[in-house]
Amino acid sequence: MPADAETIAEQVFAALADPTRRAILATLAAGGPPTATDLAAHLPITRQAIAKHLALLAEAGLVAAEPGKRRRVRYGLRSAPMQVAQQFLAVMARDWEAPLAALRDHLDRSATHDTKTEMERTR
Amino acid sequence: MAFPDRIERTVELPHPPGKVWPALTTAEGPSSWFGHKAEIDLRPGGAGRVTWDSGYRVEMRVERVEEPTVFGFTWQIQELPEDDPRRTYVEFTLEPLGAGTRLTVVETGFAQMPEDVHGKACDSHTQGWATELGELAGHLDAG
Repeated sequence: MPADAETIAEQVFAALADPTRRAILATLAAGGPPTATDLAAHLPITRQAIAKHLALLAEAGLVAAEPGKRRRVRYGLRSAPMQVAQQFLAVMARDWEAPLAALRDHLDRSATHDTKTEMERTR
Repeated sequence: MAFPDRIERTVELPHPPGKVWPALTTAEGPSSWFGHKAEIDLRPGGAGRVTWDSGYRVEMRVERVEEPTVFGFTWQIQELPEDDPRRTYVEFTLEPLGAGTRLTVVETGFAQMPEDVHGKACDSHTQGWATELGELAGHLDAG
């Protein structure tokens, strides 16, 4: 697995850009580790196409093959790369403008209140 | 393109640092503009908490208190799941600007890696579950 956050985020976003891969990840997230055949039954694409997408998802570290019963490989989600991508989104989603504007309003209101109190006191 | 680690914003406020400081560091302050209710133990290592009427809350740990110029704390990354151990560091700096204040907020630490990204902790976690489920199965079989 690549070690730096930038590379991981890039692979995650590339993986998520494709609707079929999003569908595969959503299926894995919803119902535990299925086999490629299980996935093919759920999704309107061939088993070969699913295998190709699973390979890319495994390369990105998002899924891992687990040996199952009767030598059938199951695919499970790996959340670590997704957490790196989440951090990237966290920076974009972080909003300091609104709290700072609210702070300014709060200080303005307090100052107006102080001035009024002061005027009442000196009246 | 580098992975973004740091956010910085500056505002100029027409209020002196002596007025801005309590708005940042007292329980009454943040509850009036940031959340709905705030508690804070204003000393390095002290705990703080801001809660919203919706039930949402954020826990913080006070790191720097240099009245009335620097207030720093670490807190949970709000966009990540609540059990995520990672924290960002937020530092407010207050500089007198005429009769007002130049307030700078810097938040850093977004680019830190989750501990299990290298697979080790992740595998041990998976292993742990497999072991526990195995033990449960054994327990049920025995019973």
